[in-house]
Amino acid sequence: MSRLKQSAIGIYAWFERRLGLEKPLLEAAAHPTPPRSASWWYVFGSGATVLFMLQIVTGILLALVYTPSAAEAWSSLQFLDHQITLGWFLRAIHGWGSDFMVAIVLIHMAQVFLFGAYKYPRELTWILGVFLLLFTLGMAFTGQVLRFDQDAYWGLGIGASIVSRVPFIGGPLVHFMLGGPILGGQTLSRFFALHVFIIPGMLLGFVALHVWMVLHLGVSEWPMPGRIVSKATYDREYHELTSKDGVPFVPDAAWKDAVFAAAILLAVMACALFFGPFGPSGQPDPTIIQTAPKPDFFFLWIYAVLAYLPPELETPFLFIAPVVVIGAMLLLPLVAGEGEKHWSRRPVAMLMVSVIAVALGVFTHLGTFTPWSPIMDAWSGAPTPVACLQGRSPLERQGALVLQNKQCRNCHALGGAGGLRGPALDSIAARMTEDQMIRQVLQGGGNMPAYGNALSPAQTRALVAFLMTLRGNNLSPAVDGSHVLSQSEATPPSSQSPSGSTPSTQ
Amino acid sequence: MTEPLNPTGQPQLHILEPQIPSSSTTASDQRAQRSSRRAFLFKLSLLLNGAVGVVLAVPILGYLFGPAFRRDATYKNWVSLGPIANFPEGQTRLADFRNPYTTDADGATSNIPCWVRHIAGHQFQVFAINCAHLGCPVRWFPQSNLFMCPCHGGVYYADGSRASGPPERGLFEYQYTVVNNDLLIFAGQMPTLSNHACVEKPLIQIEPALPAHADTQPFAKTDPRADA
Repeated sequence: MSRLKQSAIGIYAWFERRLGLEKPLLEAAAHPTPPRSASWWYVFGSGATVLFMLQIVTGILLALVYTPSAAEAWSSLQFLDHQITLGWFLRAIHGWGSDFMVAIVLIHMAQVFLFGAYKYPRELTWILGVFLLLFTLGMAFTGQVLRFDQDAYWGLGIGASIVSRVPFIGGPLVHFMLGGPILGGQTLSRFFALHVFIIPGMLLGFVALHVWMVLHLGVSEWPMPGRIVSKATYDREYHELTSKDGVPFVPDAAWKDAVFAAAILLAVMACALFFGPFGPSGQPDPTIIQTAPKPDFFFLWIYAVLAYLPPELETPFLFIAPVVVIGAMLLLPLVAGEGEKHWSRRPVAMLMVSVIAVALGVFTHLGTFTPWSPIMDAWSGAPTPVACLQGRSPLERQGALVLQNKQCRNCHALGGAGGLRGPALDSIAARMTEDQMIRQVLQGGGNMPAYGNALSPAQTRALVAFLMTLRGNNLSPAVDGSHVLSQSEATPPSSQSPSGSTPSTQ
Repeated sequence: MTEPLNPTGQPQLHILEPQIPSSSTTASDQRAQRSSRRAFLFKLSLLLNGAVGVVLAVPILGYLFGPAFRRDATYKNWVSLGPIANFPEGQTRLADFRNPYTTDADGATSNIPCWVRHIAGHQFQVFAINCAHLGCPVRWFPQSNLFMCPCHGGVYYADGSRASGPPERGLFEYQYTVVNNDLLIFAGQMPTLSNHACVEKPLIQIEPALPAHADTQPFAKTDPRADA
């Protein structure tokens, strides 16, 4: 036994003499950490790194089967899902791992921001972190493209349409992005190279630098109200803090990182097991146009923001906003590199995080049910509610038919079914007079097309007759104020006396 | 880096130690070293590698940006949408064609759909499937004579002009011609705002009366500035 041990030590010593890694590794593991920083709040960075490793491993495994060709990518995913043992599970882990990674990176960033950990001397660590966030989002987007289904195809089309709006060089940029004149084989190859070689390579390099800087500069100390960061004194204060009562990173802080890593891996596997892989949706065949493309979860908010922008602001917003936002994130530690770290002394920072979080949440929520998109089959799929037809005259029922057949329901809901792009029509007669309806239907306006060319006078008459019956819970019909005024001027004042209105109030 | 900055004590200093003697040489020694033959050769080698790098960059950049600098016209060609009998007069129908510039790796993605509106005789309008807003596939509804986009609710009239919603122009149109009763269009690249200049059109277009000799061949109705 002792001989075995002796020879094992001998082999170790042989390698160590040549590698010389023992000393730097031990020192890195034992580097003193401020005592309160060995906290559960400090586990997100290592959590993101562990998820990145998981993505590398599962990604390589998927690449064993996946075919990066526009002709075969979709069917290779079908093969992966249904024919390869546990292929669906590996795909699901990779997909859920991606969602978890984006979420953890965002949480890590919010925590670092709120704890003021980006301040001196960790400005560059933050700046590299901003790039890591962008690379992570880039991986999420390109990964969604590699799924190469209908959503990916039309999503790329949206991307190309956005790129085409770049002034002067839009056209060449589109061809550069697509790798050719259309979305096809060379487009997928380009995104494959991005997803598998270029962005992961940069991620690896930046993660290595990011972690190196954490070791080199030490873990940021727990913020205390009133403890001001100043370039003149910080280094001395931090050295005092860590040398006096600092704890070794391993094991005092590392056990929490390890527990969190295990928990997050289990959570990814649980989601993969219960919810399965994402897509692929329909085949990437552009001749199948019965589709309503939608981006993945983490890009829904962009979809929503674009939908709510006034059209004339879209192009400037698309190209100016990202520059401003990314620029602000990069410049943050250079502008605010000193001062208070504690969140209770930084109300603007707190407010920003809250507003951004609420805004992202609201836009993501809106993006899940897309009230700005017409529901293309509502006109044939959502029947007119029976309550809207009971006790109606033949003309009014004919109008209900016109409402269905002219695709009005694609944008207008009735009885809770139908599109949300235009206002619901359940109580339209309480808001619009007959004249206003006729004008709106025939001439359009707002977001509504003009139906003047698509409706005969008889159809218009029937449609408006039906709309006039839609008064919700028996609300009183809308009245043209000018009519009331002109009638009241024409009629003798006696009919306007209080006695005239008493029967209705009693 | 000063010592207090280093949280781990001073491990890095030990690693750096072998290089320290070089910094202890005198200033004149350093000057002599800088102007030595080896230092000159080292600088020369850097210059040589810089030059090789520039030469190497030419094929790399040319390969990478090749698709960007290729002229649009080289991608495009006349493709057939089939006999005009497939497109009844007064109707708008979905057609598709194999993109003239394609490879095997494209698979189904190079089957490009388009909307064909047969006005009368040999007079057509061939619309791209892509919404002029962000490229989603528009759908034709013959009942209401409208094209609707499922993404952000762009709507177009039967003649492709903008009706409502976010698009800033009407649908993109292909150049077309009729040869031996076959409908041909000039296609080959994805239509976007960059290759189809935005033409100001009034919101509601009143169709001009059809000319008596509408079947003049080849008849191309398209943006004057398109495909520039």
